[in-house]
Amino acid sequence: MDRSNPNNSNTSVLEISNLYISYATETGRLDAVRGVSLRINQRGSYGLVGESGSGKTTLALGVVRYLPSNGLIRGGHILLNGTNLLDLSEAEMRRVWGAKIALVPQNPSTSVNPAILIGEQVAEAARTHLGMSRADAWHKALEMLTQVGMPDPEAVAKRYAHQLSGGMLQRVLIATALTTNPQFLIMDEPTTDLDVTTEAVVLDLIQELMQRYHSAVLYITHNLGVVARICDRVGVMYAGELMEEGPIREVFKQPLHPYTLGLLGCVPRIDASKHEIELHTIPGYIPRLDELVEGCIFAPRCAMAEEECRRARPPLVEVAPGHLTACWRWADVQRDLSRLISQRRAVTPITAPDEGTPLLEARGIKKYFKISSRRLPFLPARGSSAVKAVDDISIDVRKGFTLGIVGESGCGKTTLARCICGLEEPTAGEIRLEGQKLSPMVTKRPRSVLKNLQMVFQNPDVSLNPQHTVARIVGRPLVLLSGVRKGEIVERVIRLLRSVHLPESYLNRLPHELSGGEKQRVAIARAFAADPMLMVCDEPISSLDVSVQASLMNLLVELQKLKGVAYLFISHDLAAVRHISDWIAVVYLGRLWEVGPAKDVFAPPYHPYTEALLSAIPIPDPDVRQERIRLKGSVPSAVNIPTGCRFHTRCPRKTGPICETEEPPWQYSGPNHRIRCHIPLDTLSELQKTVLESSK
Amino acid sequence: MLQYILRRLGFILLTMLLASIIIFAATQLLPGDVAQMIMGRWASEKALENLREQLGLHRPVYVQYLDWVGHFFIGDWGKSLMTGVEVRPLVMRRLRNSAMLAGLSLVFYVPLGVFLGVIAALKHDKPVDELISAASMAFAGLPEFVTGLLLIAFFALALDLLPANSSIEPDAGFLEALPQLILPAITVSLTSLAYITRMTRSSTIEVLKTDYARAAYLKGLPRSQVLIKHVLRNALLPTVTVVAMGIGWLIGGLIVTESMFGYPGLGRLVVYGIQRRDLTLIQASSMLIVAIYGVSNLLADVLYAVLNPRIRLG
Repeated sequence: MDRSNPNNSNTSVLEISNLYISYATETGRLDAVRGVSLRINQRGSYGLVGESGSGKTTLALGVVRYLPSNGLIRGGHILLNGTNLLDLSEAEMRRVWGAKIALVPQNPSTSVNPAILIGEQVAEAARTHLGMSRADAWHKALEMLTQVGMPDPEAVAKRYAHQLSGGMLQRVLIATALTTNPQFLIMDEPTTDLDVTTEAVVLDLIQELMQRYHSAVLYITHNLGVVARICDRVGVMYAGELMEEGPIREVFKQPLHPYTLGLLGCVPRIDASKHEIELHTIPGYIPRLDELVEGCIFAPRCAMAEEECRRARPPLVEVAPGHLTACWRWADVQRDLSRLISQRRAVTPITAPDEGTPLLEARGIKKYFKISSRRLPFLPARGSSAVKAVDDISIDVRKGFTLGIVGESGCGKTTLARCICGLEEPTAGEIRLEGQKLSPMVTKRPRSVLKNLQMVFQNPDVSLNPQHTVARIVGRPLVLLSGVRKGEIVERVIRLLRSVHLPESYLNRLPHELSGGEKQRVAIARAFAADPMLMVCDEPISSLDVSVQASLMNLLVELQKLKGVAYLFISHDLAAVRHISDWIAVVYLGRLWEVGPAKDVFAPPYHPYTEALLSAIPIPDPDVRQERIRLKGSVPSAVNIPTGCRFHTRCPRKTGPICETEEPPWQYSGPNHRIRCHIPLDTLSELQKTVLESSK
Repeated sequence: MLQYILRRLGFILLTMLLASIIIFAATQLLPGDVAQMIMGRWASEKALENLREQLGLHRPVYVQYLDWVGHFFIGDWGKSLMTGVEVRPLVMRRLRNSAMLAGLSLVFYVPLGVFLGVIAALKHDKPVDELISAASMAFAGLPEFVTGLLLIAFFALALDLLPANSSIEPDAGFLEALPQLILPAITVSLTSLAYITRMTRSSTIEVLKTDYARAAYLKGLPRSQVLIKHVLRNALLPTVTVVAMGIGWLIGGLIVTESMFGYPGLGRLVVYGIQRRDLTLIQASSMLIVAIYGVSNLLADVLYAVLNPRIRLG
């Protein structure tokens, strides 16, 4: 991929012009994609970004003519090397699918057939399109699995989907797509379901393969950082229309549409925290397709909207070579860019003491889940093993302070949170709140403790009772824990809703009438109803769109300033944790490896695991060159934990046998920042100077 | 896998042991005195006493139970209290008859049910699907004695194509018995057919929506290959389980159908035994039915495991 000159070849592989796609629904026709035109050149990689509901997946399915049965392409052309795909019959499309266009889908774990051998699923593409014999096709499958860097392809080919990790399954799907060396490749959020470390490895692979195979690529994602890493052009979609399109550097450095500007501002930065900046947010929500406004569809959420914007819809026009925008006020955006960016204004610093008596002290928390293996009925189990989900973790949280906990999935973050909240009984350890020892089980904890220790869960779809109205959901803790009198409840609920920026009219709504972000606001309001001292937030923003994530993080920061609540903020998203946390603890396989103030954790020396996590973050800035530090494989099973340093099996900085045999000691880098590693901290600092240097 | 089957066989034995206690207790609770029933109301007290002695009815209940269970497990199932014939050959012959009827029914309804279910799924929400779904719902709701009577009225009485009575000779071969098997087999099939159709339809619709089905289509594979290899292989898993579990019912549970057609199957034998208070007959046939249910459940699980790599390979 040649970023410096993306127009080195002007033959377009895919040309979409004026495409309209709609869905027939009970309430009428919904136009999900309206008048989209785009071109992808040979060897080009076009990133299509947008929040959920923007129509990007509909567009992709429309391009391959595989819409749901109520979907219809109402107009436009889709030219693949000059052939209009809309003129082809289904039988003819079948010769295009897999041969000329291949699609890499979003969910690797559900997109591989569970009942068919992995090798066969790759081989059948070769048999169908390359006319290979069974033996040749199997050979080709092994070759493709090797191409995508699969360890031990022969063995993997004879396995089934459930025996592979998500990252490996995504490689299988990429291998399948590339088997026929198609002219055009669509990747629909191929890394969204993966851990950040696995995502980085898969993105490297995609980049490398794009150089080896010459397919043109349409890359669909909501993650601006991923686009910055992969693509040479980018199109920004909003509610079914393209808002801006251009070369990657220009769009990221000189956006000409307020929506693009807004999206870029939503992403937390790894070089600043809540003490320095407030995240930019986009007010409101993506409009539903049946309630689009007359003029510019973004106008209702746009800070720059004027009378003109509400009257007529701006066309997508080329305002600089290759750079298009659909905004009446693009010239103002361009002129005022620096002022608009500085709207991410500096905020009044919050004083969170690094010292002081802890509010929450968790000491030596362990949680083992026993698994017994019984071979025959009535006989005693022949020995049992344990999943050591949390294995001796101690943390402190002070008043009005945020401790962020990061790590890959399966590292024990959620189990730790559940132990602290009393939802799991720890195998060992002690939890104190304000010095008072807590009972391990939530059912035995007194009301005063429940009141002071609240939790916000990851998925608001299942943490809110679908039968209860918002008023009842938020009102219950007021009655049970805060002892509010009956007559005052409604008023208090309204105040809580206001504090999470929800209107009073939501009182009688049921959860299914709310969007994902609104549900999470209700969950936050419910937690605050008890007026807690500590809130445990387990991945509270992970399932939400970037603009919603930003507004929720701002909300959490605002409420913290107002009420002095402390957060235990758990996330796999390092940038989010960096933004919101005062201190950060890094967890791997049930243990802590690095603890310290956020800015120290994000500066050398790092624990090699932290370093790998940092290096994996996709940063939405095409100029950032992160050093590539990649982890091999996935997190080992918590049943057979590696000896010595638990990280040694994947550590890129492993020094020698000592890592395999001896548990590393804590080393102090400054009074509060500690790292558990055998490598001397000076050496680490020296090695790691450049990991993120270029971003500053 | 072998270990799994052995473990499951162990469970079947345990089930049979528990069932034997229940069956034995139930036969003890049947009203009336066994000796009285055998000899009739006017038998002398002396003769009754002699018979009780002979049958070992004076022994404590647990001894009687252990005696029965012990003999049962070594294959000595006793003599019919009423007719005095050996129970085992009688029960086994009935089992063979039941298996013939069950086999023919399976051949009827499984392929047809799967076919209709797949068609309905492919034409999801189109008239064909609605017709199949409505018809299968209607048949599922009709009791066997209604469908059976309708079939008899139509095929036997009106058209005179097939016999209305299915009381075959005790040692009739399958082909010999075939004309008499058809109507009861269709009766049984109509109920199960509906079930299989609906099951296949819903799981096929579900699998057609999966990401891997979409991935298979977008690989450009021929439609038939996507359908058979990628979709049905997964979609038929629940159907296979239901069919295998249904075998127990087909062999031991067709009391209504067998009675209506006068077919000498296992289900009817149990009814006969109960009517005559023939304890040894009830006990033996009930135990056999329990075993068949156990084995058909095992078959269901093994088939599921064989077809589903997630279970087979852990």
